[in-house]
Amino acid sequence: MSENNNNSDKKNRRDFLTVVTTAVGAVGVGAAVWPLINQMNPDSSVKALASIEVDLSKIKEGQEITVLWRGKPVFIKNRTKQEIANAEKVDLKELKDPQHDNKRVKKSEWLVLVGVCTHLGCVPISGKGDYGGWFCPCHGSHYDSSGRIRKGPAPTNLEVPTYEFVGDNKIKLG
Amino acid sequence: MSGQDSNLNNNEIRPVHTNKVGGSPFKGVVGWIDNRLPIFRIFKYEYLDFQVPKNLSYLWSLGGILMICLIFLIVTGLVLGMHYKPSSSEAFVSVEKIMRDVNYGWLLRYAHMNFASFFFIAVYIHIFRGLYYGSYKEPRQLMWLIGIIIFFMMMATAFLGYTLPWGQMSYWGATVITNLFSAVPLVGNTIVTWLWGDYAVGDSTLNRFYVLHWFLAFGILGIVIFHVIALHIVGSNNPSGIEPADTRDTVSFAPFTTSKDLFAMLIFLLAFVLITMFAPNYLGHPDNYIPADPLITPAHIVPEWYFLPFYAILRSIPDKLLGVIAMVSSTVVLGLLPWLDLSKVRSSVFRPIWKQFVFLFVLDFFILMYVGGMPAEGIYVLIARVGTVYWFLFFLIIAPLVSLTEKTLPMPNSIHEYENWKKQGRIKTLKIF
Ligand code: HEM
Ligand code: FES
Repeated sequence: MSENNNNSDKKNRRDFLTVVTTAVGAVGVGAAVWPLINQMNPDSSVKALASIEVDLSKIKEGQEITVLWRGKPVFIKNRTKQEIANAEKVDLKELKDPQHDNKRVKKSEWLVLVGVCTHLGCVPISGKGDYGGWFCPCHGSHYDSSGRIRKGPAPTNLEVPTYEFVGDNKIKLG
Repeated sequence: MSGQDSNLNNNEIRPVHTNKVGGSPFKGVVGWIDNRLPIFRIFKYEYLDFQVPKNLSYLWSLGGILMICLIFLIVTGLVLGMHYKPSSSEAFVSVEKIMRDVNYGWLLRYAHMNFASFFFIAVYIHIFRGLYYGSYKEPRQLMWLIGIIIFFMMMATAFLGYTLPWGQMSYWGATVITNLFSAVPLVGNTIVTWLWGDYAVGDSTLNRFYVLHWFLAFGILGIVIFHVIALHIVGSNNPSGIEPADTRDTVSFAPFTTSKDLFAMLIFLLAFVLITMFAPNYLGHPDNYIPADPLITPAHIVPEWYFLPFYAILRSIPDKLLGVIAMVSSTVVLGLLPWLDLSKVRSSVFRPIWKQFVFLFVLDFFILMYVGGMPAEGIYVLIARVGTVYWFLFFLIIAPLVSLTEKTLPMPNSIHEYENWKKQGRIKTLKIF
């Protein structure tokens, strides 16, 4: 056989090796990178703190408390008759993120909200703003007495966390 | 497949030079080292013999000043790191300990804090210099782009650093800024949780921010080296915007430029020392001396002064996603300027119309900085909107339009002629320009 032929033979073998090495390398890099990325997600101990119980018996009508849940404030409000009525009568067409009040509560007097503005995460102030609910001082978002966004840059309503009543006057968050 | 492999395909014999020892202009020990590791000759060629335009003004001293700031930030940061504890329960206390107990801790921390501010003062002047004299144009587009990357990294580093003392502004600044990512459609919240390592800014967040603060600071140093290598290929621009042609147009870097730069550094450091010694917290915010509280947002949160124009742009738009896009684009358009300004003339000295718009842009920058520090209500929102509109108009419409239609002034043929014209009063510039 001529020398040339021999050379191109060698080349094919080298090309084959290149392809195989690249393929194995790509899988290896993928497998190595995922742990490097995923380690940044909340770890098991953070996830384990996921639920707490809160006693509601001391919160009088019109009062509100803030508890810390998963590092975030949660507002628990015992709403007045007036606030409930205001929240229920709102025409859904007026809302940026339409949702009826009865979809946001389990018992109409108890409003439970994650106290984090859906704009950029500040804690809204209770009893302020144009809609009888909360006002976020950071960039001026107004929420109503159901925690729904009414005015300002926030895109969605204040989030309702997952919770359930465990007894008449106690809830479990998470 | 790849048929280019000449080593394999022909048996021609050629000499190879894997051993390149030699060629040093130095003798003795220096020469011996330089023959093997050419650091001395690089230094000689690039810093001693290097020719620069002879008409550089003090605005060209900012580069060296920026380098000094970066080095001082790294040195003070390194020693602060020997006392600082990156955990949510200890961070605030450890910073107070640095301030009260650590020997000269107060000085080191105030120096680090204020060097960060002065770093930004210098970089803004540096960017203005580029804008005014068209230093972003052919052949310096890449320098401009590297500069914008450095600017982004500086902002990230300063933001991360500001989180470390774990005061109220640290905490809420970190919350608001990381939440910018929640505007990303679909995966926004996943990204934010990933950044935090928690369901809110917390201990894990602080720990990783500390590591990234270090890492990015050294990353800046790395990119700055590219900036400087590129500079030594394309050469410095100058107030006339005309490339030097012969030795009548240039001086050698040392001792002429170096002595001028050293004097500028001295003035800059003097200003720095005055602020650091007599008003160390003037550029900061008092709320950051209140420990972080995840339940209460301060009534009026503001970022550090150097972020205010961009913060104003963010707040001027009443939609979350669009606000974030506008804020990020405001810096991106700055990076695109070399391709938006099509004028062949570099220096604004010869561009009477463009010059006005550049000054207006500087004014706009300060107006946005002012409203960014005010509450987002009433008249301030309106001003911020006008300011934002001008910002984008300047880059996207005014730059191409003016560059295509403007009648530029007659230009001299060389830098030494430019200097003569200046003496004869044929070119009017401010002394510093
Ligand atoms: C690009 C350069 C850098 C910038 C712009 C920068 C900026 C900042 C800022 C704004 C702060 C907050 C100051 C305060 O309010 O207390 C800070 C804190 C800190 N930085 Fe840096 N920094 C830089 C480089 C470094 C480096 C290189 C290190 C370490 C090697 C470092 C270590 C620290 C430490 C330990 C703190 C916390 C102590 C304190 O709050 O004073 N920094 N940095
Ligand atoms: S964080 Fe509430 S309005 Fe921006």
